[in-house]
Amino acid sequence: MAPTMATEWNINQVRSDFPILSQKLENGQQVVFLDSAASAQKPTIVLDKEREVYSQYYANAYRGVYEFGAKVDEELETSRETVREFLNANSTNEIVFTSGTTMSLNVVAQAWGRKFLKEGDEVLLNEMEHHANIVPWQMIAQETGAKLRYLPLTEDGQLDLGRLPEFLNERTKVLSVTAMSNMLGTINPLEVLSKAAKTVGAKFVVDAAQYVPHGPIDVQALDIDFLAFSGHKIFGSTGVGILYGRENLLEEMPPLLGGGHMISEVHLDHSTWAGLPAKFEAGTIPIAQAISLGKAINYVNDLGWENLQRHEQELSAYAWEQLQTVPGIKIYGPGLKERGAIFSFTMEGAHPEDIAQLLNRKGVFVRHGHHCTMPLHNVLNITASVRASFAMYNTREEVDALIAALHFTRERLRLNR
Amino acid sequence: MSTVTLEEIYEDFEDLSDWEARCDYLIDLGFELPDFPVEEKTEENRVHGCQSMVWLTAELNKEQQPPVMAIQADSDAMIVKGLIGVILAIYSNRPPEEVIKTDVEEIFAKLGLTRHLSPARRNGLFGMVKRIRQLAIEQLSEES
Repeated sequence: MAPTMATEWNINQVRSDFPILSQKLENGQQVVFLDSAASAQKPTIVLDKEREVYSQYYANAYRGVYEFGAKVDEELETSRETVREFLNANSTNEIVFTSGTTMSLNVVAQAWGRKFLKEGDEVLLNEMEHHANIVPWQMIAQETGAKLRYLPLTEDGQLDLGRLPEFLNERTKVLSVTAMSNMLGTINPLEVLSKAAKTVGAKFVVDAAQYVPHGPIDVQALDIDFLAFSGHKIFGSTGVGILYGRENLLEEMPPLLGGGHMISEVHLDHSTWAGLPAKFEAGTIPIAQAISLGKAINYVNDLGWENLQRHEQELSAYAWEQLQTVPGIKIYGPGLKERGAIFSFTMEGAHPEDIAQLLNRKGVFVRHGHHCTMPLHNVLNITASVRASFAMYNTREEVDALIAALHFTRERLRLNR
Repeated sequence: MSTVTLEEIYEDFEDLSDWEARCDYLIDLGFELPDFPVEEKTEENRVHGCQSMVWLTAELNKEQQPPVMAIQADSDAMIVKGLIGVILAIYSNRPPEEVIKTDVEEIFAKLGLTRHLSPARRNGLFGMVKRIRQLAIEQLSEES
């Protein structure tokens, strides 16, 4: 692709858009935030938008004809349209506001699954999925008698596509996969998987929670049936997420939650459902958060995804190279070409919890534990790992700070003696 | 057996002005923890509620009069080992009655541990305390 006319990546400008990144700790230390895979920081434009909603025209959504109500509805629909464009969905009817990825995946499993899965059917997952793309399927499988199958991984933490024929067959009704592993950083080949799913007539479900802050996904080009992501990982607020569903599929699914706004008529003995997307938006949705999600997406759109990806690739390459210089480090997952800016590792002789606590002493914030991927940790034969995850606002200097803090950790834990 | 007493920990902590220094102290304490027998690292001896692994055994040492609790513990994480050092200083070689009467929250608060430990870690810490108290209660009921 030819370089766009978009402006050069100005990391200082980007960082200045995130007030929290200039925060200093009590001891004057600069914060090095390397846990964006868990939840990303918010730019001023998102913070301002929420404040604008609450201070200028807040009202419940889709209920009032008065001015505030109308303004809220208009803002929500603008945000929905931004999400539609971001995913290249056909219609805003396909964009449902939920509370997050977990809720979205539960809607697919519970509402679609309960109606369409039956005994003997198979749902194909894989060993790298996080709990939100395992547990809802387990629950519905138990109810319907469908069987869960797991595509194994290669040694270097990629889906073992060579074994796909063993696991995918005419009984497979769903192939659900993460676009990017939240532990290994692996970016999965959605195109290949989508085609494979479609050849056996399976629905293709994508958990895009981890991927969305790193790039847009075209649901039409990739022939995706359902896609889920969370606002808070793409620099938006917590409490809001998206379920994309192909219109005809959402149409034929029953609603999951019953209540206000999702109905057309309510009688004492029965009710009828509202049209899309309201059918899946029972109750009061997270109004200000859903509105500001549009702003978060606008923000990255304006920075330019190509610029963002170039910056993250450079940063990843540098982190990858620098991490290898630390004695005893083992990084999980594939090589640079197949991964995004997530690095989960262990260090020989040091417990991940100690590492995370000692890094914190140097102002370096990382996650430790099983990262909601216990099956994956079992496959890797470890109980926990340390995860440094990078976002577009991170810098080479922050990689240096991480490395220095790891050396400090080794020193403190007497690993150099 | 670790020889550091609770009084010594109080004194040392007083000299250590900030959490960083206290954290270093805990790590050093962890390194001084007596060896825990590998064969005792069983599921039965595991204390749950910790993000890291913790094993703990406690029995009554009847050679002492009155009999006291003989406690051993270990973890795969160094800072937790340090906390185990504190736990041992609080409880080890004390009669079961005293173990039950000890207000551990007050001690942790006095050491500034409550503020600096995550809820998950605190749960682990109290998991150990709970196990020790339980074993002390068992000892007492066996005696009576």
